[in-house]
Amino acid sequence: MIAVAQPTTAWYLILAALLFSIGTVGVMVRRNPLVMFMCIELMLNAVNLSFVALARDLGDIKGQTTVFFVMVVAAAEVVVGLGIIVAILRRRPNATADDMAELKG
Amino acid sequence: MFAAETLQGPPIEWVSLSPLLILLGGGLTLLVLGALTPRWPRGLYATFSAVVAGAAMVMSFVLWDDITDDGARTMLAGAIAFDRFSMLATITICAAVLLASMIADDYLRREELDGPEIYGLFLMAAIGGVVMGAANDLIVLFLGLEVLSISLYVLAASHRRRIVSQESGIKYFVLGGFSSAFFLYGVALIYGGSGSTNYAAILDSFTRTVQTERTDAFVLAGVALLLVGLAFKVAAVPFHFWTPDVYHGAPTPVTAFMASAAKVAAFAGMLRVLNVALPHWRDDWRPAVWLMALLTVVGGSMLAVVQTDVKRMLAYSSISHAGFILVGVEASGHSAGEPGPGVGVSASMLYLLLYAVLVLGTFAVVTLVSRTGDAQTDLGAFRGLGASKPVLALAMTVLLLAQAGVPFTSGFIAKFGVIQAAVEERSYAIAIIAMVASVIAAFLYLRIMISMWVSDPEPGDDAREAVRVPIGTGLAITVCVGFTLLVGFFPGWVIDASRNATLVVQSLTP
Repeated sequence: MIAVAQPTTAWYLILAALLFSIGTVGVMVRRNPLVMFMCIELMLNAVNLSFVALARDLGDIKGQTTVFFVMVVAAAEVVVGLGIIVAILRRRPNATADDMAELKG
Repeated sequence: MFAAETLQGPPIEWVSLSPLLILLGGGLTLLVLGALTPRWPRGLYATFSAVVAGAAMVMSFVLWDDITDDGARTMLAGAIAFDRFSMLATITICAAVLLASMIADDYLRREELDGPEIYGLFLMAAIGGVVMGAANDLIVLFLGLEVLSISLYVLAASHRRRIVSQESGIKYFVLGGFSSAFFLYGVALIYGGSGSTNYAAILDSFTRTVQTERTDAFVLAGVALLLVGLAFKVAAVPFHFWTPDVYHGAPTPVTAFMASAAKVAAFAGMLRVLNVALPHWRDDWRPAVWLMALLTVVGGSMLAVVQTDVKRMLAYSSISHAGFILVGVEASGHSAGEPGPGVGVSASMLYLLLYAVLVLGTFAVVTLVSRTGDAQTDLGAFRGLGASKPVLALAMTVLLLAQAGVPFTSGFIAKFGVIQAAVEERSYAIAIIAMVASVIAAFLYLRIMISMWVSDPEPGDDAREAVRVPIGTGLAITVCVGFTLLVGFFPGWVIDASRNATLVVQSLTP
């Protein structure tokens, strides 16, 4: 038998931190609005993973119920975000974040 | 399976929640009826939303007296705080909805965009803001933040024919979602460190778990991420880069609403979470707030001076105002969690109330000057306004002087309040820096005034449409200017009100 290390809470927290970092970097380096949006979803889901892992660790149900709230909010964000993205892409197909230079920060 | 008695919900105090319920009922009625019925007569959508906001405001005043008699408490199993702090935030946000509806009415008809959606979204955003001001649980704060933000994303993108409006919508959306993710990660880590998301439980966890069992690394990391998320929302440097673009691109009445209601909500949420849930970590978060306050007052003022577009100037000026409020937040950090009234909290709330009215009035004038198409917001568009519309130019001058903090205007009372709070808490350095920065920022307001009064119109300016002053917007500007001068000359009553706007602090262990 090969001794398999049992995953602990820390593993999940580290995985969540990694996913969150990937999402953060993705938002900053990618230029397609849809992909940036997917990276934000990745960040939110990394937080969900942390919530579940911490709730399991604390033996507390609240962290797990919180995940449902986050999912509802993420779904609402999808509706609004995709609506805006579609409205822009209909006027200018193939737009990337760099093309949106009407406004300069 | 669960027995029925284990699923008992908390008691719901309908009367205490009435401002929120009025806004919710009004917003939903407007959206549903507006979609089902043919176009209402002109001005009725705006009147409806103004009446709803006014009713919620009146209820808040009634409840303010109730709290004076019966004391502050928390409701809904500790999820919502019922204190004068939340009532002041509610009153400010409802006033913002009321004034923004008056400005939006004429604007939407001028741009041929009239409909119930904008007003419904104003009311929905107000619900999010009110919830943020009253949240006594991190999840409730997150939900309020999202209801506010999602409404604002749509509002920013709501001018269908202007590509810049949609662009500002998507920029706000991407950066807003980005900051919400940081905020939520902070919530998760605080939950992991303290075992709860409720403010009272987080407060207690310091003695119960954090001190004895664990190190508080989780909570500290959580506080840092929470601050990043909230700093995005209030547009503090270095998390401000979305502000000029979004303020510039969004329809001007929406910009006015964003600069007032959203800022009030985010700062109210920030003040409560820092002072009620995290006072034990005040020596950890206060230096971070100090640094942000420094960067924000200096950065906002410096960057504002080099702009040429009035909407962008005002966006940077709103950043520098956020810096002043952060000075108040920093002052509140010196005595957070201690019994007795903290001057920092009340000074910040007073600043928010006065600034909300000021910025709504200022953007109302910009709405008129931007003319049909909402595009003429460069300094040139203001040239010669003193000659063609002297009363409007005079109103703008009063509002700009107040933003600069000239005595006998509400802006002076606001700035004086936070500086005084900082000095009382011995934060001398930040107080001096803030005062110097306000002098730099004064130059920016002076530039707009010079354009209006001194510069002659540009040669091609005859082609520009004449500025009209419709009744609704004119009334809103009159109210804003009147309030600015009234508070400037007789500040006692608002200062007293803000001093009474204390936070309810409840601990689970007596």
